[in-house]
Amino acid sequence: MQKGNPMTNREKYAAAFQTTLMVEEAKLSNLKYQDVSTWDSVGHMALIAALEATFGIELHIDDIIDFSSYAAGQAILAKYSIRMED
Amino acid sequence: MKAPDFSRWLDLEPYGIEASRKSALLAGALCELTRWHAAKCDAYRRIMAVQGIDSEAVLPLEQVPYLPVRLFKEFDLLSIDWSETYKTMTSSGTTGQQVSKIYLDRATASFQTKVLSRLMGRLLGKNRLPMLVVDSPGTVEDRSAYSARGAGLLGFSLYGQDVTYALNASMNLDLPAIEAFLDRHRDAPIFIFGFTFIMWLHWVLPLQQLGKILPIQSGILLHGGGWKKMHDQAVDDETFRMALQSCVGGLKIVNYYGMVEQTGALFLQCEEGWLHAPTYADVIIRDPYTFAVAEIGQEGIIEVLSIVPLSYPGHALLTEDLGILLGEDDCPCGRLGKYFQVIGRVPEAEVRGCSDTYEVRI
Repeated sequence: MQKGNPMTNREKYAAAFQTTLMVEEAKLSNLKYQDVSTWDSVGHMALIAALEATFGIELHIDDIIDFSSYAAGQAILAKYSIRMED
Repeated sequence: MKAPDFSRWLDLEPYGIEASRKSALLAGALCELTRWHAAKCDAYRRIMAVQGIDSEAVLPLEQVPYLPVRLFKEFDLLSIDWSETYKTMTSSGTTGQQVSKIYLDRATASFQTKVLSRLMGRLLGKNRLPMLVVDSPGTVEDRSAYSARGAGLLGFSLYGQDVTYALNASMNLDLPAIEAFLDRHRDAPIFIFGFTFIMWLHWVLPLQQLGKILPIQSGILLHGGGWKKMHDQAVDDETFRMALQSCVGGLKIVNYYGMVEQTGALFLQCEEGWLHAPTYADVIIRDPYTFAVAEIGQEGIIEVLSIVPLSYPGHALLTEDLGILLGEDDCPCGRLGKYFQVIGRVPEAEVRGCSDTYEVRI
C-alpha cells in the first residue's frame, strides 16, 4: 500500500474476510456463513476478532450471532458508525 | 401451523418475573410447544397418543407432558425436516455409552445463543471479557467433528475476547500462555471457563503443587459439566471453591447446571450458592416413586422446562439427576424464580456431563 493512499473501509472489510477465511475477493459479495468450510464457528470468531481489531470496535453478542453473511455484516458495522464507501 | 415465536421473551429480565406471572407465561409457551411438536414430530405425537395426552390442552406447568431425557439417546426425535438440520449436538458420554442426538435448525441454534447471552450478560456485564479457557486447544482442533466438550467450549467462547487456552495438548498448564494473557489484561476483569473436573485436575491441583497464586484482580470463573467425578474424589462445592480461591485470588466462582438437550437456558449459581431458574426455564422436582410434584426441601428427580427447544421436542424433560427445591422468589440473593440444589445422579443412571465423562489416559 502506498503512503497517502490508506485503505478504505470497504477494502479493510474485504481484507479481514480474505485473511481469516481465505476466500477470494470475487466470491465475497454473496458469501454466507458456512458457505465455505473456513467460515464455521471457529472461523466466525476469528473473523469477528479481525474486524474488531481493524475497526477498533467491540461487537455486541447479538450482532455477532446475526453476522450471517458478507452483506449482513456491512449493515451491522454501520451500527458502529463504520460505513462502507460507495 | 405457524412456528412459535418467543423472541419477545428476550426483552424480559432474566430473573425478574414473580412466580404467579411466570408460571402462567411459561405454561402458555410450553403448551404451544407441545402443540407444535405434536404437529411436526410423528414420534412425539405417538408418544402423546399412547399416553392418552391431549397435546392441544392448555395445562398448568406441572402437567405439561415431559419426556425422559434418555429417549434422545434411543430415538431420533426432531420437529424439522432432515434437510433443515443445521447442526447436530451430541451429549458427552464415556466410551461405549449411547449419546443423545439433538437436531437444531438455524432458528433454534440462534435462539439458544441469544437466550444464553441474556444470562451471560447478567453474569459478565455488557462487554465481552478477556477469556481464559481451562482446557487444551486440541479439544476444538478437529473442526469437522467436535466433541460435546469442544462444542461447549466454543459456545461459551462467544462471550469472551482474546480467548486463550490455559492447557497445552497434553493437558498440562501452559504457564507462558497464562502469564502472557494475564499480562495483557493486568487491570481488567477476566472470564475463566472450564469443566469442573478438568479444572480441578489440571488447573487447581497443579497450581497448588507449584504453590502458584495467579495475579487476578477481578472477574468470573464459570464451571460446570457434572459433579460425579468430583464426588468420587470427595471434593464438594465448598472444597472446590476454597482450593480455587487459594490459587486464583479475587474471582467470583459460579457453577452452572445444564445439558445438551436444553442448551441456552442454563441454571446458574447465585452468591448464596444455589442454582436459579431463569425466566425462560424452570425446574420441577418429582417424587422418584410417584412422580408427583415434591415439596420444597424434599429430594426428588429433576424435571427441566425450557422455551428454547423448537426443532426437537425437548421443552419438558425428566432428567436422571436428583435435586432439592429450596424455594421460589425468596432467595436472599434477590433473584426471582425457583432456586434449587443438585445432589447427585439417580442410582444406575449413566455417567454423562462434560466434566464427568473426562477420562485421563496415561
